[in-house]
Amino acid sequence: MSEKASFRTSGGVRGWFGRQPWYVRAVLILFFTVLAYLLPYAGDVPLIGPQIITEGIDWPSALFNMSYYVLLALGLNVVVGYAGLLDLGYVGFFAVGAYGTALLTSPDSVIYADTGWKWLMAVPAALVLTMLAGVILGWPTLRLRGDYLAIVTLGFAEIIRIVATSTTTLRGDRGFASIPHPPGSWNGEPIFGVTDAIPYFWLGLTVIILVILGVRNLDRSRVGRSWLAIREDEEAAEVMGVRTFKYKLWAFAIGAFIGGLGGVLFAGEQSFINSQTFVLQFSILVLAGVVMGGSGNMAGAILGGVLISYIPDRLRGLSFGDTDLYEYRFAIFGAAIILIMVLRPQGLIPSRRRAMELKDREKEVAPL
Amino acid sequence: MDFSGLINDFGPLTVTGLAQGAIIALFALGYTLVYGVLRLINFAHSEVFLLGTYACLFVWGLFGLDQNSATPSVGPMLLYMVIGLIAAIVVSGATALTVEFVAYRPLRRRNAPPLAFLITAIGASLFISEVVGVTTHRNQTGVPPIIQARPLFTIGDTTVTNLQVLIILLALVMMFALDRFINGSRLGRGVRAVAQNPDSAALMGVNKSRVIALVFLLGGLMAGIAAVMYDLKIGVTRYDAGFLLGIDAFTAAVLGGIGNLRGALLGGLLLGVLQNYAAGLFGSQWLHAASFVLLVVILLFRPTGLLGESLGRSRA
Repeated sequence: MSEKASFRTSGGVRGWFGRQPWYVRAVLILFFTVLAYLLPYAGDVPLIGPQIITEGIDWPSALFNMSYYVLLALGLNVVVGYAGLLDLGYVGFFAVGAYGTALLTSPDSVIYADTGWKWLMAVPAALVLTMLAGVILGWPTLRLRGDYLAIVTLGFAEIIRIVATSTTTLRGDRGFASIPHPPGSWNGEPIFGVTDAIPYFWLGLTVIILVILGVRNLDRSRVGRSWLAIREDEEAAEVMGVRTFKYKLWAFAIGAFIGGLGGVLFAGEQSFINSQTFVLQFSILVLAGVVMGGSGNMAGAILGGVLISYIPDRLRGLSFGDTDLYEYRFAIFGAAIILIMVLRPQGLIPSRRRAMELKDREKEVAPL
Repeated sequence: MDFSGLINDFGPLTVTGLAQGAIIALFALGYTLVYGVLRLINFAHSEVFLLGTYACLFVWGLFGLDQNSATPSVGPMLLYMVIGLIAAIVVSGATALTVEFVAYRPLRRRNAPPLAFLITAIGASLFISEVVGVTTHRNQTGVPPIIQARPLFTIGDTTVTNLQVLIILLALVMMFALDRFINGSRLGRGVRAVAQNPDSAALMGVNKSRVIALVFLLGGLMAGIAAVMYDLKIGVTRYDAGFLLGIDAFTAAVLGGIGNLRGALLGGLLLGVLQNYAAGLFGSQWLHAASFVLLVVILLFRPTGLLGESLGRSRA
């Protein structure tokens, strides 16, 4: 039974949605897309609006934060959720994307005088660099067992951070300033300015939609089926003729690409980055998001990305005792990871196939 | 690259490396024991160590000691050492057991996929280190000078301090004791049996759950001792102290052959020394990067480590 058919016959919201005629689905998708683009004005909705928007941080900025967290969650979902590879150093790719942009465009960069590139020109270069980093990291490590892979990727992120802190080219704490914003102007004013974060959110949302379409296509292709086979049983997949190493490398490179995209957007909005931006907890936070939302399912990854960004931003400015609740964000998510893995391992919006896999393993358990 | 620096300071770098390596080796035992029995990287082990570093500080604080106190004389010093060690061991052991009961046991009961264990382990690790981080306001905490580092003897132009000797000796003694326990005692035989084949061991009447709990406890005890040594050697601790040293300890365990007790000792000492050489060669900020690079190289060329894997198979 194909995945699509199983949705149509199953219950729940997804089953209902799958049974509707195409025009109803199109209208619904359009409606929710428009709604997403209108999110910056959520504060104007009576009653509910003021409860939703963040207090400690300007709401459009919080939305932009959500958009790059969602991008990272979508990218990590490809690696962890689809291919089943635990990558603990995902922030490394985010950093490579951001640093790639900074090196090419910031006046602080040593190669700036040679290039004088604008943000848009730097984007493809930075993305190629990130994919290359994914392949360079994946080439030696993807032959390792899964648990070793986790540690090595953790090491990769830490090395990136150490290199960024200790080499003069990457400027450590001083960082890169004046990274240009994305181009474009409206009525003589630049669209992507300093004060208003709404255009950045719209840009992020557009990129997210493109990524969703791309990943969805991949997931339904030969590549996606190979990932699924690798995730469920790598040895069986290999025996059946799936070139596991190749497809794992693909997953890594695509994950890296999406992470790099997040980094490029981040650098374009912040226009300043330094080595303090890319702490390791960040990778784990994104992993927490993917796992909480439901790994292997894009809707779950999106929800997870929104949660890991929205909850801390909402907590900003609220305090518990004499400590800002924002400080507790990593601790809260650490506890959330344990609770979810113990109580609901398939996540909040589970991938049906993942849930079935987990059920299947439970049956195999030997009585103790 | 600073070759002359490395050659001039070769002796001191080696001795510091050995002391550092002894701490790493004790820490690595926790990874190796758990991996040998469960095939699981106990990610939260670094936080078991972290709480140990704070536990002995807390107890010393109860005696009114802080980083500005004077060094106590020999009698009280021994008392403080014993009490500090006990506190660290109890807290680390209890933490290791708690992590096993809260984060791993429910998953094992459900036969969850291996990645699920790693993910909860990361959750536990993040939770503990962040709670410590928030309560200490992410500042480092100074350690009271229980033992004043004094030169004990010199070899050539290398001075060896009493603290370094103490750390290395204590690590060797603990390693020997653990080795005897695993290889010589009835409980140890149970551990080796479960490591070799859990199901057969269970059929032969070994209580698997108890063996697993024992392994976590032993790892916690060793981490507690390592934590006190770390406090005395480094002089400060911080909420992320466990994390970086944890990566080193894991590297050491893999270097020696994960699941192999003697491998952990060899790997720890070797890694401590190599890290110090790398720091002498490239500068101290590259110390941890060196261990990551080493880890990748080992995994690529000899994934079973120097002495071979597994508690059961290699008759560790």
